[in-house]
Amino acid sequence: MKKKIVSTMLCAAMITTMLAGCGGSDNGGAAQTPAADDSAAEAPAGDDSAAAPAAGGGSVYWLNFKPESDEVLQEVAADYTAKTGVEVKVVTAASGTYSTTLLSEMDKSAPPTLFVIGNQAGVKDWKDYALDLNGTAIANELNTDAYNLYDETGKLVSIGYCYECYGIIVNPDLIEKAGHTMDEIKNFDGLKAVAEDIHARAGELGFDAFSSSDMDDSSSWRFTGHMANLEYYYEQEGTNWTECPPTISGKYLDNFKNLYDLCINNSLTDPKELATGGHDAENEFKTGQAAFFVNGSWEYEAVKADVPNATMIPYYCGVAGEEKAGLNCGTENCWAINSKASAEDQQATMDFMVWCVTDPDASRKLVDTFGVMPYKSAAESTNGFLAAADKYTSDGCYVMNWATNFQPNVDSYRATLVSALNQYNADQSDANWETVRTAFVDGWAAEYNAVNN
Amino acid sequence: MKSKKITATNSLQKATKRWGFLFMGPVLIAFIIGFVWPFIQGIWLSMCQFRLISDAKFIGFGNYVKTFQDASFRHAFWYTAMFAIVSLVIINVLAFIVAYILTLEIKGSNLYRTVFFMPNLIGGIVLGYIWSMIFDGILGRYQTSILLESKYGFWGLIILMCWQQIGYMMIIYVAGLQNVPGDILEAARIDGATSMQTLFKVTIPNVMSSFTICMFLTLTNGFKLFDQNLALTGGQPFIIQPGGTTVKTTEMLALNIYNTFYSSNTTSQGVAQAKAVVFFILVAGLGLLQLSYTRKREVQQ
Repeated sequence: MKKKIVSTMLCAAMITTMLAGCGGSDNGGAAQTPAADDSAAEAPAGDDSAAAPAAGGGSVYWLNFKPESDEVLQEVAADYTAKTGVEVKVVTAASGTYSTTLLSEMDKSAPPTLFVIGNQAGVKDWKDYALDLNGTAIANELNTDAYNLYDETGKLVSIGYCYECYGIIVNPDLIEKAGHTMDEIKNFDGLKAVAEDIHARAGELGFDAFSSSDMDDSSSWRFTGHMANLEYYYEQEGTNWTECPPTISGKYLDNFKNLYDLCINNSLTDPKELATGGHDAENEFKTGQAAFFVNGSWEYEAVKADVPNATMIPYYCGVAGEEKAGLNCGTENCWAINSKASAEDQQATMDFMVWCVTDPDASRKLVDTFGVMPYKSAAESTNGFLAAADKYTSDGCYVMNWATNFQPNVDSYRATLVSALNQYNADQSDANWETVRTAFVDGWAAEYNAVNN
Repeated sequence: MKSKKITATNSLQKATKRWGFLFMGPVLIAFIIGFVWPFIQGIWLSMCQFRLISDAKFIGFGNYVKTFQDASFRHAFWYTAMFAIVSLVIINVLAFIVAYILTLEIKGSNLYRTVFFMPNLIGGIVLGYIWSMIFDGILGRYQTSILLESKYGFWGLIILMCWQQIGYMMIIYVAGLQNVPGDILEAARIDGATSMQTLFKVTIPNVMSSFTICMFLTLTNGFKLFDQNLALTGGQPFIIQPGGTTVKTTEMLALNIYNTFYSSNTTSQGVAQAKAVVFFILVAGLGLLQLSYTRKREVQQ
């Protein structure tokens, strides 16, 4: 009898071990927060039950959103601790996992005090966890309101700590080597003529027009997230969206197609080989194998040593009047302070933020990794691409805002688009483009419904 | 001398009985923290709407209704079931054949065993990415990709899992085969059994317990597969239906649950949790069913 019980228990233990994966991964932090959970069970509607333990004098925990800046942030955090004795912990979410990391970190007993709410969808999800920053010390340091995010009640949920721009990075030296000038590229026709000419003579020139546009996770966002913005931007017809529209018309999708086709068909890589990636577009650009590289201002640090004259041009796509187009400027980098953290931690966090944007050394380091910080006393930007963005703006060109940030259920929407583009890349037929259109336009409505029902 | 030994054993048994819980304790506590508590919490959360688990609101069985209405979940179930069965058969047949060959006293069989076992030591995500490159290196010649055809994704995953798991199952079969008593085999030979008869009438019935374990492992592994699925195809290619909804043709159950959990719908976490509970019942049920079935075919020596 005993033997049977023991063997049954062993069996049960074994099965549970085997199956632990299915439940376990979904609630990673579960075991560590029984206390928080109990209090929630007593008062299910109460939001104020999960307070972080107050460390003496408060501490800062910054959940960072940009893996490429991690090293600098660790350095700055250590500097601050050395100077003031206040503990600053910086944890960086791996590329593309910020929202999942935030979700699990916020549930721990010591949640982040400083985190990122980058767009309106984030505001919707996290506004209850964000301190109102209106009139706070950090808000008073800003030099523009353009990158702040508010909720519907006017609460300042998060404030921009840097902004970025994206477009097409160009190596002007290669353009000249091919016998063209940058002045020829003022609209889509100009871009097309130059790119097709370079591609046609790639063998003789030793370099090609566009670097590879891989469709794997490390690269596809350049197209499904960034380049797609040109469609959304023009579809706004001058009135910027303030919230996610339930449907889009896809009126300018043909313009997206113009530029996308140019990109994949005048490139180092055969479009049929893009699906699983494995090409290093940045390296292709840096080593002078390609003259064009679709990416953003954060790439400046990486390419400036090899391509000192690198500059950025707008997404020219054949829209009327696009000679007046500028770069796509915006940000998903907005600081929010955790409203559930203790008062000491909130104060420590606020002090740290102000120090970051006012201290000359710290802001220098941060501006060098972020590109630019929109604060009065922060260091000047040395980023050539952001300088280009500035130049377009001062020349009277329109800034293309980041309408792409409204993509509903963004990961799923983009994954669908990637799948459709894979089929199209393999066979550029009209039928396959219609699938892309379905994913782009109808997919928007479908994801919107999935999220809002 | 003898009597002393007995009393020593007796007092040892007493001590074991008295202090056993002390040694059991840490494991029991870890077991409760790691498995029992999250499991109970998981069941509770499956009936809640929540974003943070410390902030859950009870809503009853609505999540289960949504789970069963979800076409993508049903698709993932059938896809997973098909995968689990195909991989179970192929892996076990091949692992047994390899084990059988490697117990025939071939030169260097220890080296072969080690080499065959090694793939099992590599993590699933890494394997998924490496194999996606291997497959595309080949499929690229035919102007296609593993991400473009569901059937490539399916068989690709089967090949990957075979490559990874056959070595592991082989070790279990080797152990089983080495335990087949030599006298029985000798008796069979003396009775004039052919080698095929020996294999099917003597050897296999004697290693049935290995089959039980291996089939249990491959079946549950097949159902729970996540890393390799995520890294190899991630559900691609999608069928994009008119209206914009999609069917992720190579998405398995675990990945479906993961994708549901991390979608930005405010109610989806609860639905994902309900799916996870359904998933657990399914895997546990199938696993136990399979265990009881193969157990009956085991022989006691």
